[in-house]
Amino acid sequence: MGFFTNKGFQPKRPSNPKLPPGQYETTDFPVLTAGPTPRINLTNWEFRLEGLVEEPVKWSWEEFNKLPMQDFNLDIHCVTKWSKFDTHWRGVSVDTLLEHIKLKPEAQFVTQFCYGGYTTNLPLADLLGGKAFVGLQFEGQPLAPEHGGPARLVVPHLYFWKSAKWVQGLRYTADDEPGFWERGGYSMYGDPWKEQRYRDDDDDAASAGSIRL
Amino acid sequence: MSKVTWQLGTVISIVPETPRVKTFTIRLPDWTPHLAGQHYDLRLTAEGGYQAERSYSIASPPEQAGEIALTVELVEEGEVSGYLFEGVAVGNELEVRGPIGGYFVWRGEPGAPPLLLVGGGSGVVPLMAMLRHRQRLGLRMPAVLLFSIRTPEEVIYQAELEAMAQADPSFTLLLDYTRQAPPGWAGYQRRLDAAMLAEVVQRFGATQPQAFVCGPTGMVESVANGLQAAGLAPEMILTERFGPTGS
Repeated sequence: MGFFTNKGFQPKRPSNPKLPPGQYETTDFPVLTAGPTPRINLTNWEFRLEGLVEEPVKWSWEEFNKLPMQDFNLDIHCVTKWSKFDTHWRGVSVDTLLEHIKLKPEAQFVTQFCYGGYTTNLPLADLLGGKAFVGLQFEGQPLAPEHGGPARLVVPHLYFWKSAKWVQGLRYTADDEPGFWERGGYSMYGDPWKEQRYRDDDDDAASAGSIRL
Repeated sequence: MSKVTWQLGTVISIVPETPRVKTFTIRLPDWTPHLAGQHYDLRLTAEGGYQAERSYSIASPPEQAGEIALTVELVEEGEVSGYLFEGVAVGNELEVRGPIGGYFVWRGEPGAPPLLLVGGGSGVVPLMAMLRHRQRLGLRMPAVLLFSIRTPEEVIYQAELEAMAQADPSFTLLLDYTRQAPPGWAGYQRRLDAAMLAEVVQRFGATQPQAFVCGPTGMVESVANGLQAAGLAPEMILTERFGPTGS
């Protein structure tokens, strides 16, 4: 496709270095979900770490809220092309959760599983080192159900479908097991800066620039 | 999912559907049969290399081989829709890739349950692909389209939908005008609410229809809740939210 241009097409907005390729900024907080918003009763809510761990652990809503929390300030990039800058969250870092378990050495990947049946996969390393947290508050308020409340995993450096709404826990796995959208052809990794939207974007992401010539 | 690489299609027709909605039919060199409900990504490139991308639902059925119809709503300050409306003519090329999406799709299997389609504004587009697919296949499981628009001038595909309803007694078209109804209108004229959804679900009797809901976020959220309240199982409700912001 090398040098195709759309005659007369000009950007309407100034370029912004915070914007990954193919994205545009919105000030709304759009909602994307495959089905109805699940209704979750906090008295039954639980969060679990399971799979390739020495001993699984789970927290009730009350116990989870007693874990040490941190503030996070981040940009959101959705695969449907919108980005939202400078959002404020409060939640529990995945690093904090991991202090409560011992991972088996084979654990290399993670499946986030959710109320309502949604799943998404990513490498274990992408949840460590302050890169991911379980968000309970958004802009100073309890996280709204349509945005994933009561609790949503947030992994801001990947496209936002890798940040599972209504998260119920993390399952540690040896292999990278495709989740809900990934089984439908979306990227296994989802790096917005490499524009890894679909599975076909995964293979030659690094060399895509040179192929274009 | 088939391979989704960028290709250059040629615009072969542009049809105004409403004052703010046009359908662009694009012939593709490398066309793949899609599923009704899927979308294409469309990419515009400026002289300096700047690119803007958006996703648009496919309006045409997979039986319309070799081409895709994308129905586009002109968005306020829309970078891509603005260019498509002002800068694109029949014969021009557009860069697209697809088909994309494997969830909000209807395969048109003969034994499939009845269809309950609920659309708001341009949310009707993927639902239209489903209805056209059903028609081309000659399937006659009951289908209802509850289509919510603000005013009479906003009814996308109106003539085709009305003709379809006339020709096919198993298809019911329910228009809902939320702001201004045509003179003498006896149908729905309020925002989609739980009572209206319960009435529509009752049309299917004891059978659980497969529901597809597409439109702006707020509408989809309340319709999905209303359908559950009316007795539909959550797994029978598929949703796609979108609007001017891509929501």
